[in-house]
Amino acid sequence: MWIRVYAIFIKELKQLSRDRMTFGMIIMIPLVQLMLFGYAINTDARHINVGLVDLSQTSESRAVEQALVATQSVDFIARYRSIKEAEVAITKGEIRAVLYLPADMTRRLFNHPLYDNKQADSALTLPIGQWIVDGSDTVITSTIRTLRNMPLNEVANHTVTRSSPSFEVVQYFNPEQRTVVNIVPGLVAVILTMTMILFTSSAIVRESEQGNMEFLITTPVRSIELMIGKIAPYVLVGLLQVAIILSVGQWLFSVPIKGSFLSLLGSSILFIFASLTLGLVLSTIAKTQLQSMQMTIFILLPSILLSGFMFPYDAMPVAAQWIAEALPVTHFMRMIRAIALRDASLLLLGKDALWLGLFTVGGIVIASLRFKKTLG
Amino acid sequence: MNTSPITEPTEFAIEAKGLSKHFGNKIAVNKLNLTIPKGSIYGFLGPNGCGKSTSIRLLTGLLEASEGNVSILGSPLLGHEESLKKRIGYMTQKFSLYDNLTVQENLSFVGAIYGFAGKRKKNRLEELLALYDLEKQAKQFAGSMSGGQKQRLALACATLHSPELLFLDEPTSAVDPENRREFWERLFDLCATGTTILVSTHYMDEAERCHALAILENGNKRADGSPQALMDAMPATVVEVSGNKLRQLKQTLTQHPEILSAAQIGAHLRVLVKKKVQDPLNFISQLSNGRETVLARPSLEDVFVTCTGDRYVD
Ligand SMILES: Nc1ncnc2c1ncn2[C@@H]1O[C@H](COP(=O)(O)OP(=O)(O)OP(=O)(O)O)[C@@H](O)[C@H]1O
Ligand SMILES: [Mg+2]
Repeated sequence: MWIRVYAIFIKELKQLSRDRMTFGMIIMIPLVQLMLFGYAINTDARHINVGLVDLSQTSESRAVEQALVATQSVDFIARYRSIKEAEVAITKGEIRAVLYLPADMTRRLFNHPLYDNKQADSALTLPIGQWIVDGSDTVITSTIRTLRNMPLNEVANHTVTRSSPSFEVVQYFNPEQRTVVNIVPGLVAVILTMTMILFTSSAIVRESEQGNMEFLITTPVRSIELMIGKIAPYVLVGLLQVAIILSVGQWLFSVPIKGSFLSLLGSSILFIFASLTLGLVLSTIAKTQLQSMQMTIFILLPSILLSGFMFPYDAMPVAAQWIAEALPVTHFMRMIRAIALRDASLLLLGKDALWLGLFTVGGIVIASLRFKKTLG
Repeated sequence: MNTSPITEPTEFAIEAKGLSKHFGNKIAVNKLNLTIPKGSIYGFLGPNGCGKSTSIRLLTGLLEASEGNVSILGSPLLGHEESLKKRIGYMTQKFSLYDNLTVQENLSFVGAIYGFAGKRKKNRLEELLALYDLEKQAKQFAGSMSGGQKQRLALACATLHSPELLFLDEPTSAVDPENRREFWERLFDLCATGTTILVSTHYMDEAERCHALAILENGNKRADGSPQALMDAMPATVVEVSGNKLRQLKQTLTQHPEILSAAQIGAHLRVLVKKKVQDPLNFISQLSNGRETVLARPSLEDVFVTCTGDRYVD
């Protein structure tokens, strides 16, 4: 048995190393995605393009504008004479929000209870200005919302007694609050899902499509041997990709790898096996490489959106959490983040590891049952 | 161990009874009966889409039959597919080896699949490379070889484990006549060592080399037997007509119900007349206004024409 598995394994490796395109993809996919996501994804929005309608035209209004620019949250890219004009610009998408400063802004500022000690009656309080926001993007809206309570002491030439917060927050593991620290380990999970499922699901289909299967199944090769031999090279490919992402992540984005090498290796292997068997099951369903590609994408989208890669798992509705639990990637997402960022050991993550193991066994059983050594 | 006198070896390599295959409503193979003796070369002759490949796939266990029984090398195919796989070889119609592996690597892969290893594998590969004249191409990618070279490689792979029964599906479709002769020399060599060969083709000259053949059309077997027997038993007489304006003559002749076909070959018109016509020479002579007519020896092509097409004779 093992001589045949080995023969298929070697054959597959040779073919892989000669397929320049695929070989390139194995290395380029993680690199390019890492650059893209590492630099581009940032959940704290900055430099949002906004407009200004300044009816006050005073030194105070200019000071307010400067104070806002100094936060780096917004960039004033245009000025409008009226709210009407500004609304048109929002509709066109030229700006995401507009700050309206009324003609009596200076008076409002100095009458504001925060900056005026004499006037304690808050019933008379008027806001100093108004933000009109394109609310369709929630990230932008919440960034603008944080500006609501922006202190304007310097503008008002006034020092207030700061109110002390009710809670103190201590940030473990990612003190600088960099999104990329969470993204890079998550990217390992997403990229492995993509390449592992895609490669295996098309590996078997390719044999049938190119006519090799017709010869192979008249030889004494057993289906289980064929499957093991065909997916084994991709275990190496998967580990190579994990190594690329984590080491480049550390080098370019200083994402730390706190966990032990063994836990990292163990969890990666478990996940690679689970993804490979998922790909095998797909390959027993698909008839052409195009179909296997479509099925991979069908799995890939929920893997990206529901696994906790983009949005926190805890914030999702229960139904979505159930779907997420069924996907191997969700479990690996938890594991790799825990291991890489929080130095958790594999034993601490037993439940997730167990699920991946069970998924693999179940997948192999289904794939072998479905894979028939006949044509048509 | 069996101490009684050696049991009569099964003399048939393939026995099929009522073998059928349906694809939905389409009947690709219809109640095929076959008995192919061991050690012979048996041909499937038929046009495109007549069910040659499907029949071979049924006999190799690659497709499940809709109906019928098959026994291969003495054991029923059903339930013995896996054990029979070590004893049969199959060369597919479409090249089914790996284009991006070299000749050597392809052979080595197939060798490992059949359980060859170490010195034994090395020797066998050298033997095959020499036998099929592939030594110079050993390091060449299979995808970059010529049709004839690919064919030799495919045959080498199919015979690597010295199968007792070899299926060849249109093995010479991409091969020039010279190499076809060579190829057939190899087949006779294999046959001489006791291998039974089933080969499909749509070339008459190849069919003529077989010990026996079956003529297939639309999934039905129209005739079978040795080429000589088929020609002798042909239910038609061959008459050659010479003269001018043969094209018009052909038009008039083919309309006659007693005439199976008329085909122009050089300066003659080759006419197949049903056997029941008493004096075919005279019959044609009258129909063609007294042109010169002679009887000709039937060829396999005549047999083929007689038993296929909408005028075939049962
Ligand atoms: N998987 C299939 N599904 C449906 N119909 C099929 C299938 N395989 C073959 N057929 C049909 O069965 C018939 C016989 O096909 P087959 O491939 O056996 O012909 P063939 O004699 O090998 O032809 P060729 O000389 O072109 O190779 C054809 O009409 C074909 O359309
Ligand atoms: Mg065919």
